[in-house]
Amino acid sequence: MIQLQHLNPTEADTALHRLDPRVKLIVALSLILITGLMPSGAFGAYIALFALMMAEAIIARVSPVLVVARSLAVLPFSLAAVTLIFTGPEPYLAALPVTGWPISEPGLVQCVSIVFKSLISVQAAILLIATTHFTTLLWAMSSLRIPGVLVAIISFMYRYLFLLADEAARLSRARDSRSAVPAGSPVTARSLIFRARTTGRMIGSLLVRAFERSERVYNAMLSRGYTGAPMQIDPPQLCPRDVLIGLIPVLIAASLLAISLII
Amino acid sequence: MHHTIEVENLTYTYPGGHQALIDVSLSVGPDERVALVGPNGAGKSTLMLHLNGIYRPTSGQVTVGGLPVTDDNIGQIRAWVGLVFQNPDDQLFNPRVFDDVAFGPLHMALPEEEVRRRVDAALDAVGMQDYADHISHHLSLGQKKRVAIATVLSMHPKILVLDEPTAGLDPRARRSLINLLDSMERTMLTATHDMRLVADLFTRVVILDNSRVAADGPTGDILSDGALLTEHGLEAP
Amino acid sequence: MSPILSAPPAPPPMHAPDGFFSVWLSIAGWIITLVMVGLAIRNTRSQLGERQIPLMGIVGAAIFAGQMLNFTIPGGTSGHLLGGTLAAIILGPWASVLVMTAVVVVQGLLFQDGGLLVMGINIINMGIITSFVGYFTYRHVKKLFKDSRGGMLAGAFAGAWLSLIVTSAFAAVELAVSGTSPMGIALPAMVGVHSLIGVGEGLLTVFALSFIFATRPDLLTGEAAPGQKAAGWVLTGLLLALAITLFAPLASPYSDGLERIAEAFAEPSEVEIAPVGFAVPEEAVFNGKFGESPYEILPDYTVPFLGESGASTIVAGMIGVLIVFGTAVGLATLTRVRKKEELST
Repeated sequence: MIQLQHLNPTEADTALHRLDPRVKLIVALSLILITGLMPSGAFGAYIALFALMMAEAIIARVSPVLVVARSLAVLPFSLAAVTLIFTGPEPYLAALPVTGWPISEPGLVQCVSIVFKSLISVQAAILLIATTHFTTLLWAMSSLRIPGVLVAIISFMYRYLFLLADEAARLSRARDSRSAVPAGSPVTARSLIFRARTTGRMIGSLLVRAFERSERVYNAMLSRGYTGAPMQIDPPQLCPRDVLIGLIPVLIAASLLAISLII
Repeated sequence: MHHTIEVENLTYTYPGGHQALIDVSLSVGPDERVALVGPNGAGKSTLMLHLNGIYRPTSGQVTVGGLPVTDDNIGQIRAWVGLVFQNPDDQLFNPRVFDDVAFGPLHMALPEEEVRRRVDAALDAVGMQDYADHISHHLSLGQKKRVAIATVLSMHPKILVLDEPTAGLDPRARRSLINLLDSMERTMLTATHDMRLVADLFTRVVILDNSRVAADGPTGDILSDGALLTEHGLEAP
Repeated sequence: MSPILSAPPAPPPMHAPDGFFSVWLSIAGWIITLVMVGLAIRNTRSQLGERQIPLMGIVGAAIFAGQMLNFTIPGGTSGHLLGGTLAAIILGPWASVLVMTAVVVVQGLLFQDGGLLVMGINIINMGIITSFVGYFTYRHVKKLFKDSRGGMLAGAFAGAWLSLIVTSAFAAVELAVSGTSPMGIALPAMVGVHSLIGVGEGLLTVFALSFIFATRPDLLTGEAAPGQKAAGWVLTGLLLALAITLFAPLASPYSDGLERIAEAFAEPSEVEIAPVGFAVPEEAVFNGKFGESPYEILPDYTVPFLGESGASTIVAGMIGVLIVFGTAVGLATLTRVRKKEELST
């Protein structure tokens, strides 16, 4: 099970925290894009990119250890790429004992490359969210032409997510405290259906409550003059200095990409 | 004349057939403070939703500040009547405090500077001036209730309509909220079960029971009429 | 403070991090997603009016919270809801697309559960495919049983189960096309695992739905959702695209990946004969191209008018998928326009 904890932006007030969120969003996406375009097996470039992320973390006064530790959450997904090791072409490095599957060198390189690239990408995303509040990201998204309705829906979701998550946690505790089938007991078909029924009803009740709440919220919106169109204060002008700062990591990463494509 | 509410022979039937209000008449004068009391399900909330046109009468009429509640007047009336809902989590639907307080002024198409000025003033009025950038979810219930009031104050309402303002608050938060409401000189109509709040703050009481107005009179008279209170499931403070 | 939330322990293909899908596929995913979200916004506006934003936002939060409720299933793991089918049954397929998009965006941005560049693909897998497959299966099964309550529940189960099967097949194809996992392994593994996980999804959807049906049947507005014909075309497009990518390889004489891998596993010593079609020229491997070209899993896959180079094959494959999809969306829009004309005359 992947355990992830919701990351809040750190309290520090660094150059990265102050950078325009639109710039940060685009820089993070560009870094991920460049990482994705890196050729397989360019380990020198991967290490340089990793160093770039760590440098950003230090500038933002976010613990590099935390960034790395949190990025490791992608590892379970690597299973999808592990097959490459045994299905890749020659040359083979060795054969696995017992099964005798051959370990393909290009397959291994490819697999490790995917995992490295994935780790670097998620580190870029972590740095984004560790230096930018989600509400700031929301206005950045809408001023970057993501449809306003979608951004408004996401904003509502963010607002009520924790409320409903608390509700779900309460329901879950209530279920466990009077559950006829203890959590660790062996699962039979009958108990499986029983468990699914309990959980399914909880989900149903969450949805019913969400519907009812949305009606009340809608009334509250109408009372304050809502007419159906999302509205917000115009975002401030993009400052050229912020764009220049944002260009630095992108240019470094892009030159790394250029170098590793040439070599 | 902006500060009055006139409800004449209001009857409201829900689409399912339930009659929530039957022949309700009520008038609130300028700067008057009226408490609306009565058991759950008596129709208090339904009545309040009529005061800014979210619900429309099945029969009868609602007039606010001399204007009948119709589609043509709805924008004006919603700016005049500040409706504060019982659960602040319904009222505060933006992640950030600032955006919620700015919601009303933005929808009144005010210029940005004026919106910011009003947000500051409204948060200041409820003693939450340092919380503009806070996340509503992280506030205490008492703080949320204050911000909820600020979200309508920023629209400069002539009339405040509050649903259960003190429900769920601990004694200290309750007292400070009562002091806040007391400091506001506005026409005020408040639905509540809190009879001590009624005694402290309101000059007039309207009892709503079983979809009808059961009594309407000065607070002193109503609260001293034990038989009347008992008949409608209420208790003297 | 905010509570500690554990992200839903999603099955592997569902919240893919960046790096596992090729860049070009990811960009194509974003384009498709943006088009679909645009259509969904238009369609739901007419359905839900001004309620659109609060309703979908809060239902999205409920789906997210619902995903956190685990229940134990055999094998020491726990099942949980994905919710695309449930949302589509309740609100209609287009509204469900928006709800699930919001869910995926928040999971990716706030919880790093799913990458940013691959977010388009994740939205297609978890939001678009599940919504349409689930919804249509539900509708048709329900009609088959003459709209009885049992038929409704059977439809919900079938829809939820099938939605996971189809989306896992898509994920497998996407992994294979990206060179991350050979089709011969990814497809049976993904579909196999999800045919089990789908049972959990089906049960949860059924029980959640029957709870809503018992308490607030008036809330099930999905029945009246607009743009159903349009949605039908989208679904057709999606399935055609999948069929083409899946069965094109099978038509080729060398590419029976499943059989090949079976042989390889049975007789490890003979594995030298290019296991699972990784008959990539070695130069390609060392040029760093290995794994980026989808149809190298099919060495003799040729597109006559485009030549045989790896790059053109990728482009061809992607264009093909996009054309099929675009046609579907185009037809969808046409249907809409015609319907409007009918209404206005």
